[in-house]
Amino acid sequence: MNQLLILPILLPLATAILAALARDRPRAAQGIALAGAALHLAGCATLFILIVRIGVTALWLGNWPAPFGICLVADYLSVIMVLITATIHTAVTVYACRDITAEQVSSGFHSLLGILTGAICGAFLTGDLFNLYVWFEVMLMASFGLLVMGHRPCQLTGAVKYVTINLVSTLLFITAIGLIYGLTGTLNMADLHGKIALVGDDALLTAAAMLLMVAFAIKAALFPLFFWLPASYHTVPVAVSAYFAGMLSKVGIYALLRLFTLVFSSTAAITHSTLAVIAGLTMLFGVIGAATQMEVRRILSFHIISQVGYMALGIALLTPLALAGAIVYLVHHIIVKANLFLVSGLIRQGGGTLHLPRIGGFYSRHGLVTIAFFIPAFALAGFPPLSGFWAKLVIIKAALEIQHYTLAIVAALVGLLTVLSMAKIWTEVFWKPAPAVQHEQKTDVRFSPWLLAPVLVLALTTVLLGLAMEPLLQFALTAADQLLDPRDYVRAVLGGTP
Amino acid sequence: MVHTDHDLLTRRCRLMGRLSSLLPALLFILTCRFWPAIVDGQTYLFDAPWLPSLDLSLRFRLDGLSLLFALIITGAGTFVSLYSSSYLGGHRHCGRYFFFLHAFMLSMLGLVLADNLLLLFVFWEGTTIFSFLLIGFDHESKTARENARQSLLVTGGGGLALLLGILLLKIAGGSYIISSWPAAGEMVRQHHLYPFILLAVLLGAMTKSAQFPFHFWLPNAMSAPTPISAFLHAATMVKAGIYLLMRCHPLLGGTPAWTTALVLIGGFTAVWGAVQALGPRDLKRILAYTTIMALGILTMFLGGQTAPALTAAVTFLMVHALYKAALFLAVGSIDHSAGSRIIDSLGGLWRAMPLTAVAVGAACLSMAGFPLFFGFIGKEIMYEGALAKEMYPVFAVTAAVLANALMTAVAAIVLFGPFFGSARAPRQQIHESPWTMWLGPLVLGGVGILFGLIPEWVSRVLIEPAVRSFHPGPEEIRLVFFHGLNLPLLLSLVTLCCGATLYLLRHRACRLVATVVEKLPATFEGLYNLGLSGFMNGAGLLTGRLQNGSLHFYLAVIVSTVILGVGWPWIGKLSGIFGRWPESIDTTALALLLFVSGSVFVVVTARKRLAAIGGLGGVGAGVALIFLLFGAPDIAMTQLLVETLTVIFVSLVMLRLPAIEQARRRTVRRRCLDGGLALAGGLLLTSLLIGVGSEPLDRSLTSYFEANSYLAAHGRNIVNVILVDFRSFDTLGEIIVVVLAAWAAVTLIRKPMEP
Repeated sequence: MNQLLILPILLPLATAILAALARDRPRAAQGIALAGAALHLAGCATLFILIVRIGVTALWLGNWPAPFGICLVADYLSVIMVLITATIHTAVTVYACRDITAEQVSSGFHSLLGILTGAICGAFLTGDLFNLYVWFEVMLMASFGLLVMGHRPCQLTGAVKYVTINLVSTLLFITAIGLIYGLTGTLNMADLHGKIALVGDDALLTAAAMLLMVAFAIKAALFPLFFWLPASYHTVPVAVSAYFAGMLSKVGIYALLRLFTLVFSSTAAITHSTLAVIAGLTMLFGVIGAATQMEVRRILSFHIISQVGYMALGIALLTPLALAGAIVYLVHHIIVKANLFLVSGLIRQGGGTLHLPRIGGFYSRHGLVTIAFFIPAFALAGFPPLSGFWAKLVIIKAALEIQHYTLAIVAALVGLLTVLSMAKIWTEVFWKPAPAVQHEQKTDVRFSPWLLAPVLVLALTTVLLGLAMEPLLQFALTAADQLLDPRDYVRAVLGGTP
Repeated sequence: MVHTDHDLLTRRCRLMGRLSSLLPALLFILTCRFWPAIVDGQTYLFDAPWLPSLDLSLRFRLDGLSLLFALIITGAGTFVSLYSSSYLGGHRHCGRYFFFLHAFMLSMLGLVLADNLLLLFVFWEGTTIFSFLLIGFDHESKTARENARQSLLVTGGGGLALLLGILLLKIAGGSYIISSWPAAGEMVRQHHLYPFILLAVLLGAMTKSAQFPFHFWLPNAMSAPTPISAFLHAATMVKAGIYLLMRCHPLLGGTPAWTTALVLIGGFTAVWGAVQALGPRDLKRILAYTTIMALGILTMFLGGQTAPALTAAVTFLMVHALYKAALFLAVGSIDHSAGSRIIDSLGGLWRAMPLTAVAVGAACLSMAGFPLFFGFIGKEIMYEGALAKEMYPVFAVTAAVLANALMTAVAAIVLFGPFFGSARAPRQQIHESPWTMWLGPLVLGGVGILFGLIPEWVSRVLIEPAVRSFHPGPEEIRLVFFHGLNLPLLLSLVTLCCGATLYLLRHRACRLVATVVEKLPATFEGLYNLGLSGFMNGAGLLTGRLQNGSLHFYLAVIVSTVILGVGWPWIGKLSGIFGRWPESIDTTALALLLFVSGSVFVVVTARKRLAAIGGLGGVGAGVALIFLLFGAPDIAMTQLLVETLTVIFVSLVMLRLPAIEQARRRTVRRRCLDGGLALAGGLLLTSLLIGVGSEPLDRSLTSYFEANSYLAAHGRNIVNVILVDFRSFDTLGEIIVVVLAAWAAVTLIRKPMEP
């Protein structure tokens, strides 16, 4: 049964190869990508169900026992991340059928997206620190490929910043790996959990942990390391930006969540208190940055930063409830944020631009888009009973419970400022009448069902998640327990035999 | 064609409105069915789990207070919905309108029925969001949009404060179950978090119920359609804060902090709201300020502990809901028929609109507190309550008399202004509004008279059960038609005389208020706007500074973060690391160090690109030599190969770029800063490596590889076996990386798709 663990990685990679072979026939490539995405979703769902049934499971690649070979590990956190990745991958692939041009398909869009998905799933499933690094590299290159696809000057400026800053991150990551290996002699994360306690030099360990944290913080776009994100997300095709917005920075959050519970939880208190401060600043700066923007995708990009801050806060607080809050927030955020970017594509199609002063009138003209925006936007702003409210509630509650009053107030305040931003888009794009002079204004735009379907399905998911939060919260609490008490994880990796 | 379309829309709208008003009507009837049992002291409970992990259940409870609110909500909802079916005419969004209206009504019902505080909060936010959507219903008007946003921010901010309060309450040992509060109040009031809980709950209630200094959003919310103002911003939603205070009374009330805060804030809000009601000329704005006054009065009396004070609050709540909803709806009719709601351009309407005039007359007399009207009963009990000793009687009585006198004057202005005096428009042009629009005001106004005549019945079936549900006690709760000659009656007389005088002096008074309000150096609305624009400016400045587009700056920040974040906890160890010189110096290593350092120097100072690349190659070669020195010839080989290829490729690319001198030169200060950062970063990493190097290395992995490479993996070269077998999964990833890099390069080299 544990062979299933490889599926989330191999399926999209295989799809990528097939799509690359068929790239001169865009329709065929699309068909392959759609089938691959559906299969991937089915595979990830199966894995999800399996792990919920049997608990933490490991797969030793090449049958080399841990910690000597590389192993994949699926616990609750991993499987929900993988499932959500497959969901977004499928939604974006469907959306891309109309959003991505034939030319972009033939320059390899579907292959790059497939590789990126495989790499992200690899990062979520791997139980090996160096292997995590490898998947980070694959992600970086695949996302770079997607960033420069189309090759417009503004894309290139964004891509250069993106790739340079992220290279710094991988450099720091590999340095940290070197230090950690030097101190413990192992790369297997379950093994590290035990070995880290044996390291004599606390200061050295803290330094290595901090280095690792900075590397992940760059990936997660935490303050003050977020520069690459607002520089690049608004330059790419909508489908790509939606995928990036949903997934990329969250891999950084996942890595923080994994490493700073499993490996560095008891040994390095300073890392978590630092992370708490950073999280507060990240939340604040994200909304502050968003307040000044007048372009839809730029506003949304800055909000990613602020919300990553909430998740980082959950990690920093390190209580079961806080970690569960971070996980709920992750799930909610990925769905909602990807959806908002997808909706921005509809807005651009209907209004010809994403620049707030130059669009308007959607409230009267496009009822369906209005609903499709309203739900994720106000979920993001944290209005009950939508998913964002519960995520915010759990994190604030966790902060209050351990007397982090300032951070709780910051989190609430940031919620208010998020309302401000969402209300800004709402009033400008939807309520405001369309400006008289509109370039490329099409009077009756009909949106393709390929574009509307994923948007509406994700919006419906947001509503359902909000109404039926209990199962997700229960799941997240169990996942948090697994993170805080990784005995099952360690036993699954080191205890079993290939 | 356009005309028929409009007719069709009008008909559809009318049908939609009339059909949908069945929903509140049925709910009203349903509520009435529970009424007798509630009077007998029963309560109804519904409980189903929703989110047990957060102690949130779908727990609804119907008691006296909930019943009173539910009756107001569904009753007003019926008339408002019916009214809207004509008021909206053929508005193209009437479907959305009725959806929002009824969704709001259900949220509001949920709010007053919820017996779980978190559930109450969920509905609380629901009312906020639907209020936002309805204030901005006239969405093509910029003012409406801005006012909607303002109300969303003010009430939303209060909502978040309330959420903090709710969570703190739980931490302080309180329960979310509202009906359990009367028993468990003492513990929460003793808890050290009590002041914060109180503050947070007060903030929530004050923003929602438009208390000073958050009152400014309410007059602005008048850009909503008039029936919405009648329903949300007079009869129901603004009372949500009041409702919350009533529910919290047994839990948080009774402390000096509670009483002082509520009496002072409420009293001040009441007087200030009433004074400001004299300023505007727009009937809706006048009514909005009187609503603020009413909300202030309610808050003030909730500060009290005694039965008369709390009875006064509940009674006045009903009085106000009745007359204010009637007045708003009537103003909408006037606007609809006469085409204006500016008081100076209206007059003599009573001939054209007799039914509306009667309704307004009844409502205004109740508002002014004339005997025989329900308002009179409300005022009597108000003065009785204000005289209680914990209410700061002098302050409370003064505030109540002042506010009521002003109210009397405003009632006279609202009644006499539009309906009497000389007609401003030919009579033929103005018609009485359709029955759907006069029915509501007339019934609501009529109930105001009816209740004034049978106060004892009202107090027995409505007021007493409501007060008892948050103030259980032995005290008698009774409203009577005539109290006899006592101090409250005297105060009532004083109020009416003052009101009459004020009405006679109204022109001067209105001008005075208008000037004073205009001359105010700072209003809280101004402060709000200033805060918002200040925030925007500050945010623009900060974002411009940080996200400034310079990659050089970004990297400098990142490197500084690394140095600070990693170096800070490590700094104590630095002296230990660098203070310990090796006993013997390896000359080969020293030579290599000098070589690499020299190459770095060349890179940094080079004026020609080719020289810089050469220097870089030197650094790489030096590193390869270090590998050789430590007995890793294969790695050294790889390193040399990579370095050579890099130098060749980079040189090829560089030859096509402009000379380095043409690039922007950095200032000396910047260069020093960069150099400092680079040095610090280098030192940090070096020290870390030295530190790790001095720790013992765990060789269990290496020994496993040594033992199994040949026997189990059938390979002689351990490094190769690691790459292709033990860790072949890594290699898979790296192969993908190489392919992708090539792919990206091809994409970049290709011609651009479009500019």
